[in-house]
Amino acid sequence: MANDTTAVDERPPGRPVRRLENVVVRFAGDSGDGMQLTGDRFTLASAVFGNDLVTFPNFPAEIRAPAGTLAGVSSFQVHFSDYDIHTPGDAPNVLVAMNPAALRANIDDLAPGSTVIVNSDAFEERNLHKAGYETNPLEDGSLEAYQVYPVPMTSLTVEVAKDVGAKPREAERSKNFFALGLVSWMYSRPIEPTVAWNEEKFGKNRTVAESNLAALKAGWNFGETAEVFAARFEVEPAHLAAGEYRSINGNTATAYGIITAGQLAGIPVFLASYPITPASDILHELARHKNFGVRTMQAEDEIAAAGAALGAAFGGHLAVTTTSGPGLDLKSETLGLAVQLEMPLLVVDVQRGGPSTGLPTKTEQADLLAAMFGRHGESPIPVVAARTPGDCFSAVIEAARIAVEHMTPVIFLTDGYLANGSEPWMIPDPEEFEPFPVSFATEPNGPDGSFLPYLRDDRLVRPWGLPGTAGLEHRIGGLEHEDVTGNVSYVPENHDYMIRIRAAKIERIADDIPLVEVEGDPDADILVVGWGSTYGAIKAGLTQAREEGVQSAQVHLRHLNPFPSNLAEVLERYEVVLVPEMNTGQLASLLRSRFLVDARTLSKMQGVPFTAGEIASEVEKLAKERP
Amino acid sequence: MTEATKESTALTRKDFQTDQEVRWCPGCGDYTILASVQNFLVEAGAQPEKTVFISGIGCSSRFPYYMNTYGMHGIHGRAPAIATGLAAARPDLDVWVITGDGDALSIGGNHFIHALRRNVDLKILLFNNQIYGLTKGQYSPTSEEGKVTKSTPFGSIDHPFNPISLALGAEATFVARTLDSDRPHTAEVLRAAHAHRGAAFVEIWQNCNVFNDKAFELVTGKATRDQNQIRLRPGEPLRFGPENEKGIVFTSHGRAEIVVVAEVGQDAIAVHDAHRDDPSLAFSLSRLSSGPYGPTPIGIFRQVERPTYDEQMAQQLAAAQERGGPGDLAALYRTGGTWTVEA
Ligand code: SF4
Repeated sequence: MANDTTAVDERPPGRPVRRLENVVVRFAGDSGDGMQLTGDRFTLASAVFGNDLVTFPNFPAEIRAPAGTLAGVSSFQVHFSDYDIHTPGDAPNVLVAMNPAALRANIDDLAPGSTVIVNSDAFEERNLHKAGYETNPLEDGSLEAYQVYPVPMTSLTVEVAKDVGAKPREAERSKNFFALGLVSWMYSRPIEPTVAWNEEKFGKNRTVAESNLAALKAGWNFGETAEVFAARFEVEPAHLAAGEYRSINGNTATAYGIITAGQLAGIPVFLASYPITPASDILHELARHKNFGVRTMQAEDEIAAAGAALGAAFGGHLAVTTTSGPGLDLKSETLGLAVQLEMPLLVVDVQRGGPSTGLPTKTEQADLLAAMFGRHGESPIPVVAARTPGDCFSAVIEAARIAVEHMTPVIFLTDGYLANGSEPWMIPDPEEFEPFPVSFATEPNGPDGSFLPYLRDDRLVRPWGLPGTAGLEHRIGGLEHEDVTGNVSYVPENHDYMIRIRAAKIERIADDIPLVEVEGDPDADILVVGWGSTYGAIKAGLTQAREEGVQSAQVHLRHLNPFPSNLAEVLERYEVVLVPEMNTGQLASLLRSRFLVDARTLSKMQGVPFTAGEIASEVEKLAKERP
Repeated sequence: MTEATKESTALTRKDFQTDQEVRWCPGCGDYTILASVQNFLVEAGAQPEKTVFISGIGCSSRFPYYMNTYGMHGIHGRAPAIATGLAAARPDLDVWVITGDGDALSIGGNHFIHALRRNVDLKILLFNNQIYGLTKGQYSPTSEEGKVTKSTPFGSIDHPFNPISLALGAEATFVARTLDSDRPHTAEVLRAAHAHRGAAFVEIWQNCNVFNDKAFELVTGKATRDQNQIRLRPGEPLRFGPENEKGIVFTSHGRAEIVVVAEVGQDAIAVHDAHRDDPSLAFSLSRLSSGPYGPTPIGIFRQVERPTYDEQMAQQLAAAQERGGPGDLAALYRTGGTWTVEA
């Protein structure tokens, strides 16, 4: 529910304006209705207005699922507030449903009393039937618990668009702008950013640009004049730290992080990827920035993408390949080679629902064990995970740093929710980043003027000698080899030794990563341990529980392999350890086997993130169980 | 140039050899190819530090360990992908791929055809012995139908690939076939391949004396080679036979046919032209034989110019830098609009 903080304040000539702390709006419609665009625009307007916000786009895997069906429903949820928030919101306060299927697919997520705005034009027999309604919910009383506002959005849009010369079929497409205009009025959002954006995006096609604009204004004016809505609302700007902000999603942040990492390492970026949902946008973004010296290659398959990246790493580039679940499986062979070669290779896995094709557009965190162990043989790989869309930026830089400084492949985990969800991001100052310049081998390091590719330093890291450097000619390969020389060796003791030294090298990375910090109530008995995109839900959930009098502490892991060196000691301090994960308990099983702690799992595998309420009630339950 | 540098540039075959013991079976055709390649690099004045050999898995793929250049022994079938990344990232290098019939045409078929169509600046040497040697004798994608091996005790029912036809189908810009035992011809083909800008594909018929001995005997053996080797010589009529009595004509359907010169007249015999942009006639030539079972063209089938992948990638980078200047992170972060929160 929206938190209503102040009494009505009348300002002429409009409706009374109520001040709210936070609001959750969900736009839902057919995948062809432009709901993602509507949500994006609404988000940007809220961002420009200065609210804190978190978004959650949710769409079907099919590009054009059958129109009007439940399978084709696409939605975009925006949570905006006047304070610091961490989740896209548990239940929408307002649902905008463009057709019966959108209503049916989303209504159960609303609390009684919430607002439902429907495009009443779409509630005709065919659509009702497709959505599985036997009677019209707008008429049969089934929505009595909600405040329902039927608005004939399609016909009103067609009406105003006629004036700019749009034919009815064309004009209909602008109805999402009508919805946007109406909701913008309700929540006192500025429409100027959308007006400018529409002009920039569709300016060349005058009819489209003008019917969008007409629909947007008509939606706003409808709210203003139709006397249907009792009040408008305002959500004041949030007290975010002072600075310059933009809205960013996880894939863009990841792409920016990769470009930045190349600059910090002082080597060019080479990205080879194969298109896959929901990771493709990272490839798209990087392909645009060739002036940073970024090379991008769309490979023939996931295996080639990993292989080409590895070849570029041999040539001294910051080698990256991006993918999602099924692609990670295909890259495991190359990852094994990269472990054997000890070559830096950054693999970005935007996790999605699995196994197999699973839920391509939905989120999940079920690749952790695959990242840790999903290769034959003993092949340890560092794993780093981002916690919020904006955090993808610094987390991927950290992953790249570990790769080049420790001569190892690294898996960077995000997920579908982080990839497409967005939040305000304070624009960093590039001058403030800590550079990690790569120093390639330039001189022979052997006693007789030879180059020893596996002569290690005190961190057990081998030198990176580049083709093109005279005197350092050497061969590397997937066969087991001797330490120091790299010569192929089948000696039994050597293999045993090499497995241990490769593992020890990865473990020593723990000396080079920050300790975990405990948030919340450090002295509580309950510790909630999370990783990845659950950060916001856990933080908000624990705040809710605290309001109910239950104290708990939070640890959120960015480094999953190796773990930060103080993790064992932190875990020991708590009587109850709860691990909420969008899987059946993968981190929990790692913690149990590694630290012998009785870590409990809270699982959710529904393709959508945890709500804060789900976390809060589990923590409250655990607190009650305790004596 | 000083005396010292003059000396150091005059490399010998020894400079391209490593101290690693070569572990192919005695008598294996791979030894001859290794010697041919090393000798060629000396002749070409190649710089070891600029030269990289990338291989997959199989007998032939041990090759990089024996070359005192940069090298990577990769994963089964993936050498063209790894080499593509290296060549695209580092156009200054001379990148060679060493592969075999199983490696390139079975497990790595996809990477092979895509490297060719992209025209990445790679020299791909495919040692075709029509058998899996390293795994001890299973039929390969170039083994003849009916081949009896451990995995096909009743004879193979797989129809084989013709590697030359496959490469031409992928629109490779350089396609050639040579024989392990014919060192001068190998050298000639390597010379042309090395000079080629773009993906150069060289199929080398290689005898595996342990698991598929004398597979190429009909074409390479003394007794029959004159009858069965059709030498492709640029600008010359396609004639062969002990007395040069046979020739190739292209029918009105574009099919290559073997004829007796005396019957059709010298003027009817086709003149070899590898530079023809259209690959159809080269393809027809490749269809004259499906393997070492009769008269077979040996030499360069196709040699045409097309912009290379790495070159174009570098051009796009340079053009982007010219247009937008070097990257500016502060501006990048601000793409798409910002707002300011006041203190
Ligand atoms: S098995 Fe055949 S190809 Fe392999 S090394 Fe022996 S002879 Fe050569």
